[in-house]
Amino acid sequence: MENVIHHRSLTKPLNRAIGMVAMVAMTFLGLLLVTFLIGRVVPIDPVLAVVGDKASAQVYERVRLELGLHLPLWQQFFVYIKAVLAGDFGVSVLTSRPVLEDIARVFPATMELAVIATLIGVFTGIPLGIFSAVKQGSLLDHLARITGLFGYSLPIFWLGLMGLMVFYAHLNLLPGPGRVDVFYENMVDPVTGFLLIDCILAGEWDIFRNALSHIILPASLLGYYSMAYLSRITRSFMIEQLRQEYILTARVKGIAEWRVIWGHALGNCRLPLITVIALSFGTLLEGSVLTETVFSWPGLGLYLTHSLLNADMNAVLGSTLVVGSIFLGINLFSDFLYKFLDPRAG
Amino acid sequence: MKKTIWFALVFSVIAANSLLAATPGDALVMASKLDDIVTLDPAEVFEFTGAELAVNMYDRLIGYEVEDVSKIHGVVAESWDISEDGRTYTFKIRENMKFASGNKLTAEDVVFSFQRVIKLNKSPAFLLTQFGFTPANMTERIVKTGDYSVKLIIDKPYAPTFFLYCLTSTPGSIVDKQEVLKHEENSDRGYGWLKTRSAGSGPFALTAWKPSEILTMACNEHYHGKKPAMKRIIVRHISESATQRLLLEKGDVDMARNIQPDDLKGLAGNPDIRIRKKAKGALYYLGLNQNNQYLKIPQVRQALKYLIDYAGMESTLLSGKAVVHQAFLPKGFLGALEETPFSLNVEKAKGLLKEAGLEKGFVVTMDTRNTEPSTSMALAIQATFALANIKLEIIPGEGKQVLTKYRERAHDIFIGRWGPDYMDPHTNADTFARNPDNSDAGQTKTMAWRNAWDIPELTRKVDAAVLEKDATKRARMYLEIQKEHQQSAPFVIMFQEIEILAERSNVNGFILGPSFDSNFYRFITK
Repeated sequence: MENVIHHRSLTKPLNRAIGMVAMVAMTFLGLLLVTFLIGRVVPIDPVLAVVGDKASAQVYERVRLELGLHLPLWQQFFVYIKAVLAGDFGVSVLTSRPVLEDIARVFPATMELAVIATLIGVFTGIPLGIFSAVKQGSLLDHLARITGLFGYSLPIFWLGLMGLMVFYAHLNLLPGPGRVDVFYENMVDPVTGFLLIDCILAGEWDIFRNALSHIILPASLLGYYSMAYLSRITRSFMIEQLRQEYILTARVKGIAEWRVIWGHALGNCRLPLITVIALSFGTLLEGSVLTETVFSWPGLGLYLTHSLLNADMNAVLGSTLVVGSIFLGINLFSDFLYKFLDPRAG
Repeated sequence: MKKTIWFALVFSVIAANSLLAATPGDALVMASKLDDIVTLDPAEVFEFTGAELAVNMYDRLIGYEVEDVSKIHGVVAESWDISEDGRTYTFKIRENMKFASGNKLTAEDVVFSFQRVIKLNKSPAFLLTQFGFTPANMTERIVKTGDYSVKLIIDKPYAPTFFLYCLTSTPGSIVDKQEVLKHEENSDRGYGWLKTRSAGSGPFALTAWKPSEILTMACNEHYHGKKPAMKRIIVRHISESATQRLLLEKGDVDMARNIQPDDLKGLAGNPDIRIRKKAKGALYYLGLNQNNQYLKIPQVRQALKYLIDYAGMESTLLSGKAVVHQAFLPKGFLGALEETPFSLNVEKAKGLLKEAGLEKGFVVTMDTRNTEPSTSMALAIQATFALANIKLEIIPGEGKQVLTKYRERAHDIFIGRWGPDYMDPHTNADTFARNPDNSDAGQTKTMAWRNAWDIPELTRKVDAAVLEKDATKRARMYLEIQKEHQQSAPFVIMFQEIEILAERSNVNGFILGPSFDSNFYRFITK
């Protein structure tokens, strides 16, 4: 009887694990299939990205065969999946480098920006949302909502250019575009690809400060949009919680107001907030092509957009896999956090 | 205490930015769009930026004076002879040249470089293979005759300038055979390695290339000529014109290469900035698909040529970035026709449309790249077409997308820009006025083919002109072809491009030539 119970208790988690692996695999396969089909259906000739417009018909045909474009679609997809399973993501036709190498170069730049932007968004947006909810209808609440509205309404590229004009060109407070000044290019070994971390590892504090000063403006810009979104969501969640009876009970019991708000009300908002923050972070990880253009930030947004517009399918599919993995990872992590913070959520 | 640490961090970050704002005295920092670079192998480079970089890293047998392209001189070649039958060229190679690796440049490298282009057969290979070189015959036709002499045997007695100008193009670059073969894999002749490296004898050598981010070159210590004053060339990828302008005004870059008209106006009057212009060979044109029922009517083609406000666009939208030019040979080319018979004349256009029975107008589409100045030009053309009741529907698209449709002959009107591949008139005559096979299976996708223009007689004239050895007679032939072409062709050639760049006033010596592969960095000083 004990052995049966033991057997049953192993089977359930095992089934769950198998189910999860199958779900992840199917998700990726579906993602790749859809992206692949879209890439083949869009009216952009992928051969042109390789040979250019002036190639002879002979060169064009040869490259078309080399790219496998003469094969049926299903066969092209199968060849690609087989290579991916063997760890070969192919070579980008636009950079002449393995796609994995390109992504290893551009993704950390986007990740750094996304992390700092999310931190700015969280540490400004959530308190702002809380204050707005607590002082609902007040001048502060209206100001916060207007600030948020600007965040949604103003085009990010315009805001970026204005930011550069004010803080870089006129006030000379911050440096211009790029991850670091030209003097410091290639002076730090790319151990992790995250420039700030690599500077710390190398003990290059001058370069660290320079890199930090470069990231402030683009991260603040993206953080502003994140703040606008998070403050509105937080306000909405908090207003709902502050209407609950347990809040009235807590106040009647004489608990300090700051604990009522930050401990009890915010505590009950944390689960949905985690989901929202995770989604917001995930969106930033796709790369913001407009921000990256204005600030010449060599991130995934620019890389993916450029590849899409030139039908560089190896790069597009490789990037899709990376972005898909991140989203899945974030979802799994937020599920884990849910269960950790509230076992009832299991 | 925490507040103190916080303020110290913020202050040090701000202070860090205030240091080192100016560029180094021995390095040129340029803001440019680098995202068109696909490869740095001269056997494969076919994009503008790549071509400009290649000419500063590699030498060719032949060069020309940028202010007068008819003056051809030897670079790697000290001298050359042409046989009586016009097919054999014997080059004497200079003996004092070295590659950046320190290896001597000999005839072996010249032969290797040309045979490599033929064997790899990438997009620009036609610039050499059009002379009859093939992998099967290249060992007999591209021959080392001594340590410092090379013989090239072409298939026909073409006009000498045609062949020599082709040798000035990027696939004519001489690469370091020893260095390249050291990195050969699977008999690829160093192709995989050279895509992202350099192995030339030019004044600069590549040190690093991060695609769409930055490219750096260092001075070639073994350069045969006068050593450049700039020890480094740093090209930063900055795609936004306004950002390039800010960097230039602040002095964080020495030169900005992609400033748009609005930002140029903002720079005018700034004593620290100098604006420079140079006519390039690129042409802006409309292609009229002769498979379209309206566009194939001669009176309609002629009418459209009178429905473009050339002067208006030149002075407003293009604002110094182009000049009116209405023939397929740009100004500066042998035999270029400089007459501009067309101007905006709505009454004349209406008269021509009435002759064609289309006084009520018609609807037609135009595929347009959604970049400037194409989009602005398309809108202006739409407005002037409407004056004669022609409804122009603009179909915007990305570069490769509209190109794909153009190459499939699936367009009505295409607004395009065409740049010459070398400085000989055949480069443009071949594409605008030659169509040996107009069928859908036609192998040469010239502009004439793309617009379904069947021209056996004009094709014959272009074939004859490329074989004419007498330069004066040859120029006359191209003039006649252009005069006929200007009136009858389904092309509305509108403008010749002017390259505009902005540089700090302390920068001198950047040579701007008639094409992107004749822009030289080696004379730059600060």
